[in-house]
Amino acid sequence: MKHVQGWLLLLPAAILLVAFTHYPAAATLFDSFFSTGTAVRPSRFVGIANYAALADDPVFWQVLRNNAIFALATIPTSMALAMTMAAWVNGKLPARALVRMSYFTPTVLPMIAVANLWLFFYSPQIGLLDKITGAFGAPSHNWLGDPHTVMACLAVMTVWKEAGFFMIFYLAALQSLPPELAEAARIEGASRWYFFRRVTFPLLMPTTLFVLVNATLNSFKLVDHLFILTKGGPDNASNLLLYYIYQVAFSFFDTAYAATLTVVLLALLAGLAIAQFQLVERRVHYR
Amino acid sequence: MNALEKGAAWLLGLAWVAPLLYAAWAAIHPAALATHFELLAPLTLDNFRKAWSYAPFARHFVNTVALVTMVLSAQLVICTLAAYAFARFDFAGRDVAFALVLVQLMVMPEVLIVENYRTMARLGLADTITGIGLPYMASAFGIFLLRQAFKTIPRELEDAARVEGCSTMGVLWRVYVPLARPTYLAYALVSVSYHWNNFLWPLIVTNSVKTRPLTVGLAIFGAPESGVDWAVISAGTLMAVAPLLVAFLVFQRQFMQSFMQAGIK
Repeated sequence: MKHVQGWLLLLPAAILLVAFTHYPAAATLFDSFFSTGTAVRPSRFVGIANYAALADDPVFWQVLRNNAIFALATIPTSMALAMTMAAWVNGKLPARALVRMSYFTPTVLPMIAVANLWLFFYSPQIGLLDKITGAFGAPSHNWLGDPHTVMACLAVMTVWKEAGFFMIFYLAALQSLPPELAEAARIEGASRWYFFRRVTFPLLMPTTLFVLVNATLNSFKLVDHLFILTKGGPDNASNLLLYYIYQVAFSFFDTAYAATLTVVLLALLAGLAIAQFQLVERRVHYR
Repeated sequence: MNALEKGAAWLLGLAWVAPLLYAAWAAIHPAALATHFELLAPLTLDNFRKAWSYAPFARHFVNTVALVTMVLSAQLVICTLAAYAFARFDFAGRDVAFALVLVQLMVMPEVLIVENYRTMARLGLADTITGIGLPYMASAFGIFLLRQAFKTIPRELEDAARVEGCSTMGVLWRVYVPLARPTYLAYALVSVSYHWNNFLWPLIVTNSVKTRPLTVGLAIFGAPESGVDWAVISAGTLMAVAPLLVAFLVFQRQFMQSFMQAGIK
């Protein structure tokens, strides 16, 4: 009886999860071993040919490299900023509710709106960035159109968008630290920097690891801004894996190759999820 | 904290709201003056009027509200039932089923765009609001959060309700749901913000004004090819984010706590 009831309660969720998570994941893996079917040539089994094509595809390697650069450029910076922000709004700061709110505000905005706002900063001639550099006598520059500057522009915007979100985790962790620690350090005459380096920072380590894994997961899913700002260009200089999957599937209509790329993305996400799971396990042991 | 640090904290806070303030400035001034800072420039609501007429914003608003309402109500029902099963029923295969549910935390529907689009086309749900919402209705995060909330509720309460003659569903409705109210609120905030802001999957599934939510409408409207000027884009962007932004400003603390719970799980 308990078995039947349990499964009946689970049934609606189970059907939807199988239909939109498990089945498509399995179908993606299956499709990656077939060619893309057309009207004249139906889809057929091709073994690992799609994976061989992937290994030979310079754009694939470039988007993978871009994903790595994007992660390296945004994650450490936004985490360091998040930690600083949390320390500030946790201290005796006048108007700190207001400051905390302004740090967090970008988190509730959709990435599309953020891209719209920032597009204007980066536009040549009329953009704010060009006006500032122009004031120092620099010539006008197409910030998003230059492969050398485009990633940096996107990274700054992403740090702005994400730092406040990470801040709330550090804030919660700081508030759970026992106040006796700070008191003891003060009595011992430790400087604030010394206290942070030797006490606070190590105690925040579980939070840091947790935020790190989540930020990395996020960095693979965050592509909305590319639709507005660069469309992956110029010449794929700002293209990311998920956006490339979208292009291959819905602009080039090569669904088999898109499936192959998706398998790579799934493998990356699975690896990160395992890392996250082990982290959670370890945190449980601490308690 | 010394004066230097206080100043730095405030300055960073100012920098963090500056893009929004800048957009607000551009939106309430005539287009020609949007990029010049003249304190006494004339104010106007013209940009909002133009944005409203250039793009079918009213329709996008209706679609987005319909979408978030539908997704949230379905999620609440489906996740409650599943969480109840996981928290209080000892059925065969429970642990394996739970592990399979958690897979969705990592593989969100937007990662599997190609296959999910195919499924929607087969079901005849491409370009419908149901099609945007359906993949999210069984939310692993919701199930997880509610399961944890249900587990903390003492069994004695359930036993007492049973003695009073409550059925299985009666216990869920009269004991578990009311006691998990804070969790429901936290989950609702996260779900509404997520779907209000979600873009990639709605972009793929929709292809007409009838179904496009705000984010997709905004992307078409704000794309550089559309040739709409900056002041009008600012006005449109502000209109699209206003409801969520205002809700955040009013329920700040609740928002931050909910987002945190969402992250920690």
